[in-house]
Amino acid sequence: MSEIFEFIAAEYNYWIYVTLMMIGFYAMIAKKNLIKKVIGANIFQTAIFLFYISLAEVEGGTAPILMHGHDGAHAAHEVIYVNPLPHVLILTAIVVSVSTTAVALALIIKIYQVYGSIEEDVILAYRKQLAPEFSEHARQKQEGEQ
Amino acid sequence: MSGFDMIMVHIPLLTVVTPLIAGFLMPIVGWIDRKLCWYWVMAIMFVVLLMASSNLYTVITTGTIHYELGGWKPPVGIEYVIDLLNGFVCLIIAFIGLMVGIYSKESITKELPNKIIPFYSVFLLLITGLMGMTITGDIFNFYVFLEISSLSAYALIAMGDRGDGVVASFNYLIMGTVAASFILLGIGYLYAVTGSLNMADMQNLLPDLYNNNNKVVLAALAFFMVGFSIKVGLFPLHAWLPDAYTHAPSTASALIAGLMTKVGVYALIRFMFCVFTPAFVFDITRMAEILTWAAALAIIIGSVLAIAQSDIKRMLAYSSISQIGYILLGIGLANLIGMQGGLLHILNHAFMKCALFLVAGAIFYKTGIRNIYQFKGLGKKMPVTTLVFLIAGLSMIGIPGTVGFTSKYYLALGSLEEGMWIFVIVILLSSLLNIVYFWRVFDNIWFGHPHEVEHIKQDEAPVSMLIPMVILAALCIFFGLFAYYPLHYILEPLSEALIGSGVGP
Repeated sequence: MSEIFEFIAAEYNYWIYVTLMMIGFYAMIAKKNLIKKVIGANIFQTAIFLFYISLAEVEGGTAPILMHGHDGAHAAHEVIYVNPLPHVLILTAIVVSVSTTAVALALIIKIYQVYGSIEEDVILAYRKQLAPEFSEHARQKQEGEQ
Repeated sequence: MSGFDMIMVHIPLLTVVTPLIAGFLMPIVGWIDRKLCWYWVMAIMFVVLLMASSNLYTVITTGTIHYELGGWKPPVGIEYVIDLLNGFVCLIIAFIGLMVGIYSKESITKELPNKIIPFYSVFLLLITGLMGMTITGDIFNFYVFLEISSLSAYALIAMGDRGDGVVASFNYLIMGTVAASFILLGIGYLYAVTGSLNMADMQNLLPDLYNNNNKVVLAALAFFMVGFSIKVGLFPLHAWLPDAYTHAPSTASALIAGLMTKVGVYALIRFMFCVFTPAFVFDITRMAEILTWAAALAIIIGSVLAIAQSDIKRMLAYSSISQIGYILLGIGLANLIGMQGGLLHILNHAFMKCALFLVAGAIFYKTGIRNIYQFKGLGKKMPVTTLVFLIAGLSMIGIPGTVGFTSKYYLALGSLEEGMWIFVIVILLSSLLNIVYFWRVFDNIWFGHPHEVEHIKQDEAPVSMLIPMVILAALCIFFGLFAYYPLHYILEPLSEALIGSGVGP
């Protein structure tokens, strides 16, 4: 039992990221509310960011800022730094994630204006029955009869 | 160095950056005069086409181009690499972009009169994203361009049918985000084990890890495969595709159907052959076998679902799912002939599907109809448009003399070489199914007469819409008769290089 606990504790950052990712994934698939789907997508992406950042960690490392020795010379070789590259990559990925969220929210506003709801099942029902002009099947049936 | 030479050196970069800057300048151009937007897009797309041709010409004559961004040496800095594979795909992107651009003038003025400026702005951003995905040799850079192209595609689709278009776009966004996140995760895994982001460098570093049965690399491969399968709309993961293609504006449908999935397939090939090695993908993990069977399934089910549709754009969308199956089947066979068939089908499908969607758009422009059963009498009303539809449709079926025949023939030969008879049956069966769903349309256009047949007057689409359609149809026949040129100069050496060494040519 303690072995399993140690196994989990030793790599706890990865366990957290996988758990968060699955929560986000679940929300994207199972939630009917469109805003909740977007929140799920955000959790999913944040979990990946967390994975990248924990990847950069070096034991005993400090912030990757160039330090100067006593005589003014660079002392890069004397200090252990964490890897700065994943941080930079994730800065880019955060920008991408924010733009995706912005587009998704803009689409949700449009959907609300047309259907008056952001619940997926209500929208589907609306498209199928209530308004034939939004339901492709009904529209084509109507057109075919003319 | 003279000024001209200085520009020539930077052409690989300019191919990507020109549409990007031009896209952001679009609001200024539109502010001066809205009519200028189209001329601006035409000028830019023409320049991009010239640069893409120049790239491919340089590759054929002198070999692979390596361009270092900002002068940083490759494993550290970002590198743009153009070889035969992406030079070929870039030329297709630029050409289809120009054709759809010419067509868009009348179509957009009618369908989206208030959104001309944002439409063209996003149009150029989509071209940027696709070009960047194709040219880059750095996998994180690839991810960024993937998201640029996806976000532009979401915006284009959302401009379509009121309500339906926005919902289709949102569904695509959710699926696309999952796909892109998987790809990002795969990149993270590969970075964790190799410490590099350069594709060529990675291919050198990875083989040591294959032998130890490294689970991180296996997980990365799985993430890439699932991510790209969503992006290209491979059968079980295609749910976003039919709605997105159906409800986008006509011009956007043609552009997205012609290019988005092709570039996704290109990326899949690039990752399978030039990041991982063919030996790893085909022999160690047998991932390609799964891919081939999924492709065979996609070919049949895509065709069967297409028969059930009455909306022409939706029918073409399902047909796209089946055509993507052909390309992936050729790649998955991994012998010389099958590979050539698959790669040639990238070119063919871009031409055929783009022409068909343009025709669907032209019919919608003139009559406002998308239902196949209301096409009666169209053959008399729009003779040129329907003739283009006939040629592209016959090519899709695979009649000898058209491009579709050549690639299907190569795919069948490739399957025989592997001893996979079942795939030959799949290809034949799917061709028969293609005849069924295209014949329904042909039948309604030419042989179904409405009651007042004598009142039908010829009412053809505007010339600016006819020109790109006719060019694409002519190319369908040209490459059908002269398939030798692309095969001999580009695809044969390319397939040999991809399969032989596994290192990019």
